[in-house]
Amino acid sequence: MFDNLTKRLSDSFKSLQGKSKLSEENVRDAIREVRRALLEADVAIDVIKVFLEQVQKEAIGLKVREGLNPSQEFIKLVESELTKVIGSTNESLQLNTQPPAVVMVAGLQGAGKTTSVAKLALYLKEREKKKVLMVSADVYRPAAIEQLRVLSEQVGVDFFASTINQSPERIVQEAKSYAQKQFYDVLLIDTAGRLHVDEQMMSEIKVLQRTAKPIETLFVVDSMTGQDAAHTAKSFADALPLTGVILTKTDGDARGGAALSVRHITGKPIKFLGVGEKVDELEPFHPDRIVSRLLGMGDVLSLVEEISRKVDHKKAQQSAKKMAKGQFDLSDMRDQLLQMEQMGGMESLMGKLPGMGQIPDSVKNQILGGAQTKQMVAIINSMTTKERTHIKLIKGSRKSRIANGSGTNVQAVNKLLKQFEKMQKQMKKMGGSKMKKMMAQMNQMQESGQSPAGMPDLSKITNGLSGNGGGNKFPF
Amino acid sequence: MFNLFKKNTTTDNNSGLEQTTSLKEKLSKSRQSLGNGLSSLLLGKKEISEELLEELETILISADIGIQTTDKVLESVRQNASRKTLKDSEGLYSFLKSELNKLLVEDTALDVGSEETFVILVVGVNGAGKTTTIGKMAKSFQNDGSSVMLAAGDTFRAAAVEQLKVWGDRNGIPVVSQSSGADSASVIYDAYESAKAKNIDILIADTAGRLHTQGNLMRELEKIKKVLKKINNNLPQETMLVIDGGSGQNAINQAKEFHKAINLTSLSVTKLDGTAKGGVIFAISDELNLPIRYIGVGEGLNDLRNFIPSEFTEALFD
Repeated sequence: MFDNLTKRLSDSFKSLQGKSKLSEENVRDAIREVRRALLEADVAIDVIKVFLEQVQKEAIGLKVREGLNPSQEFIKLVESELTKVIGSTNESLQLNTQPPAVVMVAGLQGAGKTTSVAKLALYLKEREKKKVLMVSADVYRPAAIEQLRVLSEQVGVDFFASTINQSPERIVQEAKSYAQKQFYDVLLIDTAGRLHVDEQMMSEIKVLQRTAKPIETLFVVDSMTGQDAAHTAKSFADALPLTGVILTKTDGDARGGAALSVRHITGKPIKFLGVGEKVDELEPFHPDRIVSRLLGMGDVLSLVEEISRKVDHKKAQQSAKKMAKGQFDLSDMRDQLLQMEQMGGMESLMGKLPGMGQIPDSVKNQILGGAQTKQMVAIINSMTTKERTHIKLIKGSRKSRIANGSGTNVQAVNKLLKQFEKMQKQMKKMGGSKMKKMMAQMNQMQESGQSPAGMPDLSKITNGLSGNGGGNKFPF
Repeated sequence: MFNLFKKNTTTDNNSGLEQTTSLKEKLSKSRQSLGNGLSSLLLGKKEISEELLEELETILISADIGIQTTDKVLESVRQNASRKTLKDSEGLYSFLKSELNKLLVEDTALDVGSEETFVILVVGVNGAGKTTTIGKMAKSFQNDGSSVMLAAGDTFRAAAVEQLKVWGDRNGIPVVSQSSGADSASVIYDAYESAKAKNIDILIADTAGRLHTQGNLMRELEKIKKVLKKINNNLPQETMLVIDGGSGQNAINQAKEFHKAINLTSLSVTKLDGTAKGGVIFAISDELNLPIRYIGVGEGLNDLRNFIPSEFTEALFD
């Protein structure tokens, strides 16, 4: 499982607590950590070098904004620099030309070209309502043409038949003139996998490119590729005027450093991600996802943003105040539950944390305590205001009243009360001083209208989870 | 870059002349493109300085050896350098070679010579090169005089069965298959029964490519293995994971997960005829203690070579 860069960075910044500026000296350790994270993610070493020089330049002298600590400030910087390299927007296919718009794929053997062509065909047909024709110019790999034919049936897109006795050039020529005559909007061309050092095959694809005149030439690359992605991408980009990249097999657990290498070397945008084996599992590229994955941070960054967007600041502030005074009650717990629900529930939150994809459902349920947010809220709603602040009052008959009122049973009520007690204990452990600091942060966030850590316990959640999966560190 | 392949092509009488030349050509291309190898770095007597080690780190990482294994190797270089057992860059070359070789499990050639049908189950992620490797393996066993049969266990990918059949037809090797979408375990079971009945020496079973993160597909592999074990507990005699030589550090996860699910007995590494160096197998071999059987160095039928650790290690540094 991924080491958590966030945690490692905060360790390397420990000595800086309270400093307000990043200096060359204290940035060095942090840069080393980022370098490691990127190397573990298979980003090409030359690319890392260039990237980190840029980060270092930006980092030195950087002022730590109020409300952030040095490591948070640094992560923000790394994130925004990474986003700059990888492209901050999603660029779709450019198909504005005299039809048929030709889209050709190129790449190494086994990268996933044929599958991607079929997925693209379906995508263009369904989402962009295009009339699509596809053709295979792979006369080398046994049954490659047959594979595309079978896939064309699966996605319900027309297929231009070719045979291995034809030259790829002729296949492409005939397919294009057929597409013209039959008024197809888009012609998708699958090509044979080839090694970038195979001159004969590379010149073949150049010929195909000149013949077909594609408006889009997409380089297909396996997200599990290692350091060699840089060489490969360079050779393909030198040989062909690429217009974009498809990153495949991203449903695995590869960190996908190849994405950064390829993007950096070709300068072309990643346009699509292959996210599964089924033909509809192709998604337009989202840079933020790849960025946090590269750093081994799950979607922590987008989580932070999401939380700051959705959290009700006032309520959060009130809760924090109460927590600080040790007066956290069941109404506050309900508020937090509702806010969690608003953000897509615990499950969705957990899915965004690093490494959580790996944890089997049974364990997840354990961590969640089988928590049914709605049920928990209902139970709290069935209590009187007094009960919510004085849980000691809740005994036998009150319990059955609450259970009846919420449509649950006494066991569920007991469970909730236990969870609440645990949570209260946790709050006390966190202690007064930390709580005060949090309060200060809350106030700042209120003023700046932006929240680096909207939920008071976010850092607890992320550290606890990604570190040891310790669900007991949850506030609830 | 790959000296060993050059050596092999000149000594390998089986390979067709045409393929031999083109392979040589290919490799010389990739050799040219890699300027800064270890041999040039270690040329002449140089002190083992931090700069030298840094360049060494770059070379090792560029070969996909991975940061952890690289750290381990560099640490041992540092220790030996400070103990003066390692004096200069000249000694470093052979030291590194032996350090890296230590990580690799000494090769043991596959012993297929048994009375009963020898079953090789081939697994791997999508696009690793399983079917191609199977075709080449089958050919090489056939050349050695064994009778071979193939089981088309990839019933998922479009035209995967056809792909294997084309290989079989070209080389006169029987392929047992069912329709696409059939149960993979049952195809392989049938194939085994058929192979046994026909006294076939070696049965090679293809399976669908699957990412190691997909639990249900990994369970399908477990089932295949269970079905074979029911026939005879020593089946399959070989469970081979095929790894794309261009893979990065994720290959370690792949190997671990496949091993956990179905107990691998070996690895094969494909697509090493490009510039990829497949260094990730050092980490895998080190962690899982599995031998590497074959490496794939080209698309031709004879481009599957027996793996020889020392030659592989040397190739990293060229």
